[in-house]
Parts: sequence; C-alpha cells; structure tokens
Amino acid sequence: MASIPAVLKSEWTKIRTVSSTTWTLATALLVTVALSAALSALMKSTFDDLSNVEKATFDPTFISFSGMMLGQLAMIVFGVLVVGTEYSSGSIRSSLSSVPQRGTFLFSKIAVATVLALVVGLATSFLSFFLGQALLGSELRTTLGEDNVLRAVVGGGLYMALIALFSMGVATMLRSSMLSLGILMPFFFLISQILSAVPGAKKVARYFPDQAGSKIMQVVPDAMGGEKAPYGPWGGLGIMLLWVAAALVGGFLVLKNRDA
Amino acid sequence: MIEVEQLTKRYGQKTAVDNLSFQVHPGHVTGFLGPNGAGKSTTMRMMLDLDNPTAGRVRIDGQRYRELAEPLKYMGALLDAKAFHGGRSAYNNLLCYAQANRIPERRVGEVLDIVGLTAVAKKKSKGFSLGMGQRLGIAFALLGDPRILMFDEPVNGLDPEGIHWIRNLMKNLAAQGRTVFVSSHLMSEMALTADHLIVIGQGKLLADTSMADFIAANSRSYVRVRSPQQERLRDVFHRAGVTAIEVGDGSFEIDGVGAAKGIGELAAQNQITLHELSPQQASLEEAFMQMTAGSVEYHAHNLDTPSGVGGAPMPPPQMPPGAAPPPPQQQWGGGWGQGPGPDQDQGQGKG
Repeated sequence: MASIPAVLKSEWTKIRTVSSTTWTLATALLVTVALSAALSALMKSTFDDLSNVEKATFDPTFISFSGMMLGQLAMIVFGVLVVGTEYSSGSIRSSLSSVPQRGTFLFSKIAVATVLALVVGLATSFLSFFLGQALLGSELRTTLGEDNVLRAVVGGGLYMALIALFSMGVATMLRSSMLSLGILMPFFFLISQILSAVPGAKKVARYFPDQAGSKIMQVVPDAMGGEKAPYGPWGGLGIMLLWVAAALVGGFLVLKNRDA
Repeated sequence: MIEVEQLTKRYGQKTAVDNLSFQVHPGHVTGFLGPNGAGKSTTMRMMLDLDNPTAGRVRIDGQRYRELAEPLKYMGALLDAKAFHGGRSAYNNLLCYAQANRIPERRVGEVLDIVGLTAVAKKKSKGFSLGMGQRLGIAFALLGDPRILMFDEPVNGLDPEGIHWIRNLMKNLAAQGRTVFVSSHLMSEMALTADHLIVIGQGKLLADTSMADFIAANSRSYVRVRSPQQERLRDVFHRAGVTAIEVGDGSFEIDGVGAAKGIGELAAQNQITLHELSPQQASLEEAFMQMTAGSVEYHAHNLDTPSGVGGAPMPPPQMPPGAAPPPPQQQWGGGWGQGPGPDQDQGQGKG
C-alpha cells in the first residue's frame, strides 16, 4: 500500500497549485455571504408585509443562509473540478501511475478537498450568520446562544462541504467536468427548486440531497410557512449523507473497474 | 524485468491485444514496434494497470503494478505528452507525484535539469509545445530513479537535437543496467536505439528477436555492378568463381558489401568498364513492412502509383554489416506510395 500521509500531501499540493481552487471557494463564500446579507436586509425592510403565519414561523437564522442557494453552485464547481480536471487534462494517467491503488488515490483526494470545503463552508456559514443578524436589526435577530442556532450555523458549513463531496462523487462516476456540471448545475439550481414548489412532486423533491440537507440550517422547523417534512434536521442531513455515500461508492466502483 | 503473460484486451468484438507474451530484460533497450493501431499503447497501459486486461497479466519484477507501494521508484513511464494538468507549473506537476511516492523534493529540480526544462520550471505546462511536454513526461518517468523505464513514442514532437538526446538517454539508462522499453512505429528509429525488438501487429506477437539477428536475417547486403560489357563481365565472374545474380536491368548483384573491392580490381585486371559499383543494403523498413504487411490496420491508398509493399525504397548509402541504417530519411510506410500519408508523419501517429 502506498503511504496515506504521502498521498494526502500530494493531493494537497495538487489542490493548492491550481487557480480554480481559489476562485471557486472564494466565489462560494462571497456569493453566499453577499446574497444572504442582501436578502436579510430586504427581509428587515419588508417584514411587516408578511402574513401572520410567516411572521410566527420566521427563522432569522435560516434567512441569513438564503444566499447559499446560489453560493452552493460554486461549491459544486469546486467539487467537480477537483476530480474532473484529472480527466480533462489527462493527468489521471500520471496520478494513477503514481498511486495505482484506486481507493487510496480517490479517498485521499476527496478527503483533502472535503476538509478544505468544510473550512470554507464553516467560514461562509458563520460570516453569513453574523452579517445577516446584524442587518436584520435588534427586533428580528437571534444569537448563537439561542436553542439550536449553533447547530444550524455549523450545519450550514456541513451542508456546503457535503454538496462539494456529492459533486466529487458524481464527477468520479461521470469522469468529465463538463458532463458533471451539465447535470449538477441545472439539477440543484432549477429542477430541485422547481419540483419542490410543485404540489405533486414535493413529496419526492424533499428527499433530494439539497432539500433534505438544508433542513439542518433551520432553527424553526418548517420555517416561513413551509411544508412539514417527515424528518428532522439531523434526519435530513442523514438523507443527504446517503446520497453522498451512494455517489462516492458509485465513483469508486467506476474508478476501480473502468480503464483510465 | 517486465513479464507479459498471455495478455489479451478486447473492446467489444475488437481484439486490441491478442494473447501477447514476452519479456523485457534489464541492460538493454528493447524496442516495441508495430504499425499504428497494433496495440502498443494499449499493452503499455495494461503494464501500468491503467487498463484492465481481458485476460493474462503483467508482472513488474514479479509483482503486479497495483501491488507496488511506491511504483515510481520501480518503473517510470512516459505515456503521452499531455498527461499533466495544464494549470499547474512543470515543477508543481512533478512535485505532487514525487510527494505521493515519498521522493525527495530536490529530485524534481534534478529531473527538470536532466530534460532541460529548468528555465520553464515555474511556467504553466499548458503553454508547452509538444516537444516540451514530451520532455516533461520524460522527467516524470525519471522522477523515482526507477530500474525500469517505459517510453511510448518518445521521439514524437522532438526536434533533431531532442531526438538525438533521447536516444543517448535511453542507451545510457540501459548501460546502467536498467530495463528500457520503448515503443515506436518507426523501424529506422528502433534500429538506432534498440538492442532487442518485439514486433506486434494487430495485437499479436510477430517477432521477439535481438536487433542484430533481425538485421542479419532481414537486411541483405550486396554489391551492385553495372557495365556496358555485360557478357565479358559475366565470363570474368564465372572464371573467378564469383556468384553474381543477374538483375533485369543489365546489372549484377553480388552478396556481401565487402565484395566491392575485389570486384573493382577484377574488372580493372580484365579491363572492363564499370558504370556502377555500389554496395547496397536492403532497408530494415522494408523488412519490417513485409513482416507487418498482413496486419496493418490503417492503409493509405495511393492513386498514382500501383500499391504494393516493398516497392523499391531508395538504396541507403554504404555501411558496414551489422551497423544501423541511416536516420529516418525513408520512413516505413513509404512503400505505399511517394505521397505523404498519415503514417509517414513522424509527429502524429500513435500506436
């Protein structure tokens, strides 16, 4: 077996020596924080127009993560490119010549990228939260000390890391950046969002990885008059984890069995 | 040592590599020769465990490639010039592979120096020419200072100086006792570098022979003699006991290049005018083409000249027996016609 620390070090060198790492992660952070701040400020100014039900279930924590819907797309790009560029550049052949043990190679790569995504995700989540609460003002805002708020903020970081991880698994299965982005971007940005708003499709859509996983970021269950989900915040994250596990197992099997 | 045992690779109905068995020994440059599409690259990818064989196996010093803990220290391979991430510098591209195999970082600088890329070490490799990419690939192969080296078409894209350099590099590596396995679709290139030849066609083994044996068996050397006094010359030959074959155009062929001197003196003694007295050697390309004629996958057809393998290549200049033929002025494939075909472009074809 190859030395795992050596392979981790190698994957860290790979990830820090390409510019796409910086711009995707920076975009994920900036877009999420900026859009969340804008929507928090907008919410403050329009709060009085909300219905009573919406006012009653208002979730100041969740609203300060509302930019993640867009920011997660940059996380998807990060996850896809970490794996996909090995194929598009042809460097997969050099990589597998250096580390022919497929599992060691794949899971070292994914571990390094996921830790990085988690760090950026947590930074994004805390920044979004504090900026959002500041903009919501003294009447609407919450604090980390309130029940479940810390769980939701840490959950925001976990959610972003898992989105990146899921994308890595899909890109390993599809072995192409373009194909992976072509499927993941419309899925998370359009299909999942649209289906979750269609009455009949809702029941299915809430088991999608993003719909289920994002429950971890809610402090008030079924916030803002939303549909009641048959699972709690951790249950939702569990569903997302199952998706991630399936993508990773699929990716590993493809890498192990197909010709490079 | 590399041992290939009954290696087979099928893609659907198509058999790319067909029950191939051979061994590559240390201390020699072993040439792996075959026309385009013969299965050379597929075989090499299976040696590195990049592709899974349909049947058979490859052993690297007795082990499967996938069982090697730090494989770059056993076997270095140049697969193609574009096996690197273009957004990363040449130095960083090599660094990440060095780290994965616990090769000290200073070795990265050393191999870049060996291949002559030190000046562009910090440049992104996507701006590299084919030749520079090829050099980076060679640096990658040398990274772990391995005992076994494998080069897939290493001269592709290199300029004459680079071709000369890679030939010497391979010979030096073999002289150090390493196993050097190099593929090419150019017989002339192999003749200059390889000590041993493995020839395949359509995935099947066609020959596994030493270069010297291949030359001895396939390159007939002879002296061509032409004279306006053909009848007299025939008598003189007959009396002197020289076996001369009469060729259609009124010239004679006498086996053995060393015969030229004696024939010239014989003619002078008998006062026979000679119009030609030239040592000749049948080209190795011709022999190679005849060997692989039945297994060439991609034929170029020529509209002007009648096709046919072995159609009169240019006679190369004089050379002692057993010596390498001239540089690739006449590339294999030329027998299909005089026009440039895809196979004749040295920089393009891949097996």
